[in-house]
Amino acid sequence: MIEMKLISKRFGKINPMSIDDFLALDGYKILKKALKKDKLDLLDEIQQSKLRGRGGAGFPVAVKLMALAKESKQPKYIICNADEGEPGNFKDRYLMENDPHEIIEGMCIAAYMTSANKGIIYIRGEYNKAIKIMKNAIVQAKEKGYLGENILNFDFDFDIEVRSGAGSYVCGEEFSLIESLEGKPGRTRVKPPFPTSKGLFNQPTLINNIETFATLPAIIEMSGKAYAKIGTPSSTGTKLLSLSGNVKNRGVYEVPFGIPMRKIIEELGGGTESGKKIRMVQLGGACGPIIPEYMLDMVIDFERFEEFESKTGAGALIVIEEGHDFFEILKKISEFFTHESCGKCTPCREGNYHLLKIIEKFINYEAKEKDMYVLENLAHVLHHTSLCGLGQSAPTAIISALHYFRGTFQKRIEASLSQEDAYAKN
Amino acid sequence: MPKIKINNIEMFVETGTTILDAAKEHNINIPTLCHYPDLNINSDCRICSVEIIGRKGLVTACSTPVYEGMEVKVNSPRALNARKAITEMILANHDANCTSCVRNMNCELQRLADNLGIHRSRFDSVLNEMPLDTSSYSLVRNPNRCIKCGRCVDVCANIQGIGVLDIMGRSRDSIISPAFNKALTEIFCTYCGQCSSVCPVGAITEKDDTDEVWHVLDDPDKHVIVQVAPAIRVSLGEELGLPLGSIVTGKLISALKMLGFSKVFDTDFTADLTVMEEGYELINRIKNKGKLPLITSCCPAWINFAEHEFPEILDNLSSCKSPQQMFGALAKSYYAQREDIDPKKIHVVSIMPCTAKKTEAKRSEMSINQEDPDVDTVLTTRELAKMIKQMGIDFNNLKESKFDKPDELTSGAAIIFGASGGVMEAALRTVKEVLEGKPLKRIDFDSIRGSETIREADIEINDVQYKIAIAHTLSSARKIAQQIKDGVSPYHFIEIMACPNGCVGGGGQPYATSSKLSRERIQSIYQVDRLMKIRKAHDNPAVSNLYTSYLGEPGSHIAHKLLHTHYHQKKF
Repeated sequence: MIEMKLISKRFGKINPMSIDDFLALDGYKILKKALKKDKLDLLDEIQQSKLRGRGGAGFPVAVKLMALAKESKQPKYIICNADEGEPGNFKDRYLMENDPHEIIEGMCIAAYMTSANKGIIYIRGEYNKAIKIMKNAIVQAKEKGYLGENILNFDFDFDIEVRSGAGSYVCGEEFSLIESLEGKPGRTRVKPPFPTSKGLFNQPTLINNIETFATLPAIIEMSGKAYAKIGTPSSTGTKLLSLSGNVKNRGVYEVPFGIPMRKIIEELGGGTESGKKIRMVQLGGACGPIIPEYMLDMVIDFERFEEFESKTGAGALIVIEEGHDFFEILKKISEFFTHESCGKCTPCREGNYHLLKIIEKFINYEAKEKDMYVLENLAHVLHHTSLCGLGQSAPTAIISALHYFRGTFQKRIEASLSQEDAYAKN
Repeated sequence: MPKIKINNIEMFVETGTTILDAAKEHNINIPTLCHYPDLNINSDCRICSVEIIGRKGLVTACSTPVYEGMEVKVNSPRALNARKAITEMILANHDANCTSCVRNMNCELQRLADNLGIHRSRFDSVLNEMPLDTSSYSLVRNPNRCIKCGRCVDVCANIQGIGVLDIMGRSRDSIISPAFNKALTEIFCTYCGQCSSVCPVGAITEKDDTDEVWHVLDDPDKHVIVQVAPAIRVSLGEELGLPLGSIVTGKLISALKMLGFSKVFDTDFTADLTVMEEGYELINRIKNKGKLPLITSCCPAWINFAEHEFPEILDNLSSCKSPQQMFGALAKSYYAQREDIDPKKIHVVSIMPCTAKKTEAKRSEMSINQEDPDVDTVLTTRELAKMIKQMGIDFNNLKESKFDKPDELTSGAAIIFGASGGVMEAALRTVKEVLEGKPLKRIDFDSIRGSETIREADIEINDVQYKIAIAHTLSSARKIAQQIKDGVSPYHFIEIMACPNGCVGGGGQPYATSSKLSRERIQSIYQVDRLMKIRKAHDNPAVSNLYTSYLGEPGSHIAHKLLHTHYHQKKF
């Protein structure tokens, strides 16, 4: 088995609406353990675990936690980012729908370590079921004294509320999410200052992906050192993956870092449903790179992914078999970002539309060599100059496609030219 | 102090300085577009993207603080390419028909494209034409020219505290407009025009009334006279290529004569008159326990603001018309009578640093015959400069002329109306001297000068302490107004000007006015005041003469009819 169930150990074993089920499987035990410990020791455990953020950017979690712990200004906010909107990602929803209390436990531990008293779970508006489950879990946790004042009779108050946005993808970006929570349109802010010093309502704020919070109990339970032994040196621990596309067994799987993608697709996914060959895989979601089949022996690892200027993203694998029109796929991705750009900074607001227009030229057999160069140049400009992660990662698919599938672009240009010739002759 | 390198030049820079400011200190010019002094750093346009050696992405110089050992390349091929591509994309979604734009040759985008050597865009035009908002008398919004830099949003929300403009929609559908794309006349816009002053392109501009003026100047049946506001003489020169803060009163008069105006008058004369009327109004309110605090009413954007948002305090506003409107009323009564000209044939033009004045002139109250406006056309500083250029006048080499009689005589008190605190100081010079019955020991009220947006002082008159306040910018005005509404205002007399630093920083002043620039204009204004023979309004013999020959005394029946007005709540 290549699966390793640290976060997902209770998935399917408990009724998510029942706190008793959770408690029966050692729920909130780790919180009790943590509350007896010194805050600095806990922070040290996280640092030793080398845990990196699970939302896509992979920022060291301990650095953020310590930055918040150092802030003396109150109130401090703990925000759990569950605004999962990336196409191809569904692991956060799965997490909430299967083990909501694990998230609450993780948030409580983070709040205790950083002396914060106010938590918010920002859940994607379309996730009705997850919202219902999380709200229920919060009520139950309060009733049993795991949230509220003097939690488990310790001198520690912490409360959580559920909030959701109006359906904008960019609200998964930390500052857009914060703006949205403040009741404003989801548009990012300029950094610095970072959220840990000036976040929600200009107060110190920790904002992490939901999976990151869910991982904290496991780390405290097994110790940071033990956790760091799982995975690879640069990417420790396990990762929830959303496996989708042309595979038999689509779903969420938890695996340690360092597993080759081919193994995941074949062993867990069961290969393609149709039996056709895999042509390419998009990693991370719409904002991730598209890689050819021959690269599938690459292992899942932050460092490995960064080599081609990409992040692991939130952990999605979208498998695409032979037979799909390459440019239609790129078009879908470009349309998505053209629709979801907030419009605040120029490169993202204007650039995504131009990328889309050029891709359309390829689809319509109107592309010339110049278009390929403009596409490549512009994609890099967006990547390097956009204000937030959305704009920076929007052209990743195009950049990687131009790198690994350049021949496909060139063939299309040649075909466009010969079509033009044919028209000229007629 | 971190040591950094920009373009291989080593420099020591204060911690916290941005790359942009560090570069500027060493004469390295990093191009910007959305950046503007006095406004927030939003770093939305991304034009100032530069490369830091060792970093993968580019960073914006305006928002990135320096750190020890930082090495910046402003024009690395990657940074330069990005800057060009971003500019080309802006141009591809911009009505770049430059020669038909009011900002031609004075446009920040045009200048940027030129500096970057962009002569052709790699991108196809993606402009979706939208209708213009020409609803107001003051401002025109042209969304096809808007580059979404956000300056107007920032100045309206954060400096003025009004927030009628914001980004609507998202991605390439985003536009900057009032909520629900309403017209400016359907929302609480005060027409202060600060948006037009900070706009880098021609997306929001004053309503151009120069054609109307050319037409009446050409009409032999019209007697066209012009009045010039105090703030114009220290700012017009900038628009015509002279150094900042140049005092150009004499040349300005010559230019107006050359344009064909029959008479050129100084609004300072009616500013002196305002001091008399408002001063006596204050004295009366204090003596008769009338409504206090009394608030000045010269600023039409402030009046709009109060009528929109603070109808409860309208009785606190001075009933005096603004100097512009006092002039208009007198021109079509006293002046017409004296010169024996049919008032219907008189066309009054005023040159103002202000866009709100255009709307003020159209108020129904501002017509003494209930038919025609007292002031027919209002031009901003920028529009006057345009007419001077259209006429081909070599402004710099003009001989100096003097204002026409009878109001060539004005006082220093009137000149300082152009600066925040000036109306207050002018009024105090008169009120204190009149009430105390002896000459002022010192004419300058240094204690109330300064740049803070709210200033207060205690003024002693006849051994009684009076509390006064001066506010500029509408966000400060809001605080003052709220105090009055809440019944906790400690003041007797308040001056409010909507624009930063007063009329010198008006919305109709030359583009790219900043606080720093306005302070320089204020210095020039105080200099003109110091050189004046008469420095108190009540010492102006022309004003006394007007009272003896026509108005009687301040606050008289006829003065009330011509020089005072009333306000009412505005609703939609």
